[in-house]
Amino acid sequence: MMEETPLPANYRRRQLVNKAMTVLIYAAVVIAIAPLLFILAEVAYRGAPVLNIAFFTHLPTPVGVPGGGIAPAIVGSFIMVALASAIAIPIGIGAGIYFSEWPEARLSTVSSFTNDVLAEFPSIVVGIFVYVVVVLATGTFSALAGGIALAIIMIPIVARTTEESLKLVPKSLREASMALGVSRWKTIIRIVITTGRAGLFTGILLSIARAAGETAPLLFTALGNTYYSKGLLQPMAALPLLIYQYGVSPFADWQAKAWGAALLLVLTMLALNLAVKLTVGRRFSHIRPEN
Amino acid sequence: METQKDRQKEAATIGVSSVARPGAVPLSTKMKVKGLKAGFGKSLVLKGVDLDVPDKAVTAVMGPSGCGKTTFIRCLNRIHELTPGAKVEGEVMLDGENIYSPRVDPVAIRRRIGMVFQKPNPFPTMTIYDNVAAGLKLNGVKDRKLLDGVVEKSLKMAFLWEEVKNDLNKSGAALSGGQQQRLCIARAIAVEPEVLLMDEPASALDPTATAKIEEAMVELKKQYTIVIVTHNMQQAARVADFTAFFYLGELVEFGETAQLFENPSKELTERYITGKFG
Repeated sequence: MMEETPLPANYRRRQLVNKAMTVLIYAAVVIAIAPLLFILAEVAYRGAPVLNIAFFTHLPTPVGVPGGGIAPAIVGSFIMVALASAIAIPIGIGAGIYFSEWPEARLSTVSSFTNDVLAEFPSIVVGIFVYVVVVLATGTFSALAGGIALAIIMIPIVARTTEESLKLVPKSLREASMALGVSRWKTIIRIVITTGRAGLFTGILLSIARAAGETAPLLFTALGNTYYSKGLLQPMAALPLLIYQYGVSPFADWQAKAWGAALLLVLTMLALNLAVKLTVGRRFSHIRPEN
Repeated sequence: METQKDRQKEAATIGVSSVARPGAVPLSTKMKVKGLKAGFGKSLVLKGVDLDVPDKAVTAVMGPSGCGKTTFIRCLNRIHELTPGAKVEGEVMLDGENIYSPRVDPVAIRRRIGMVFQKPNPFPTMTIYDNVAAGLKLNGVKDRKLLDGVVEKSLKMAFLWEEVKNDLNKSGAALSGGQQQRLCIARAIAVEPEVLLMDEPASALDPTATAKIEEAMVELKKQYTIVIVTHNMQQAARVADFTAFFYLGELVEFGETAQLFENPSKELTERYITGKFG
């Protein structure tokens, strides 16, 4: 039998510190996720009772009249996010390709920096900007203005995630394609984007999730509407706006509906984020790191 | 330090067009490199290289790390210039036409001069079949019958067909390293280039896989002009008909492989071959 090595003098102290630190870290984790769990529980508890088919399909009823739903807000949110996506996704992907594939260009450096600034911009400022440029110019609050405001929120997110995911595509694949006598734009579209497509998809989903939950940019642009809008140049309802308007109202029925709308919005966010997680899981499996 | 004049004189004395291998017909020149200088930003990696690449033969470019051999080969198909900050000067003639002439489209040149890279780089989102067909498909070829034929022929020439013929729809990334590299060779020859550049194609592979690549090269040189970069002298001795020795961005010596290894004319070459440095 070998003789046991004597334990270092501070061994017990190190064990204790180790235990204490482990407890602290677990505590930090619990504190970090507690707000999310509380919010989810509270929203589900208060929002679930008002969810029924009428809630999704009916127009709001006047105050005091029971029943009714928030259909215009659901449709409005959908239309404006779709409009914003139509504007922001092509522009964002185009900008992201430029940042990733032409990093040495002066314009690329400058616009990449401004893109970062735009991503951090307070969304209320975006709302005011669109109010001045679109609402005042057209003379009306409108879904169009709301869509543009949301697009401005989405563009930097799409551009940045596009850039990041294309930069992950190894340089050697670009060279392999170019060495086959494939032109640069075909290489970018057929090789680079195809290889990094999961990342692009992630960025698009994240930007949609962000736009769907934004309230501030819509306050001065889409304004809100009790009924369905008859066109893009009319004020339009949206879920976040409705939550804000109903939430601050003095009527118990409206407040309950605000909780229901909040639950719907939270579930949408969860679904989008889950979709992102599922794609990200496979995102890098086909890209071998370049070392 | 040899001067430009010396080098020209030397090039004339070992001018490959006049070199006859024992039992072989004299070779014509496929590519002619004249005063090639290249680098990145302000640093010059290649300091003026003149070299004639003989047709339908394997030319090896060897030398210690940092001697400019990879930069040299990357200048031969204008891939070097894709790196930001890259600079090229001088002439590279392909069948008498300067590929650096402003009237030449680099994309068209790369169709004629294929390349296999140091690390296997199959397209990860594509199947084995699509990897081989990529060059044609991306350039608009849709004829399935034609593609089928090219894929089979290319994989056979790369000595990979037997191993993958039942798995053509599997991902190219699922193959072993050596198989991936042969897939990359098949991909490069599928577009039927005239010249095939290989940048240390076996440096990331084990000896068995290396042997298969070398075996493929011997077959390939019947149809293609091959330029291979290697830091492995044994490999150069095994596969190359001609060998160029680079040192510090200059071509020190170029000649028939046997002659260069057995009877080098430059002391620097001899010291490198005998392992005194490098």
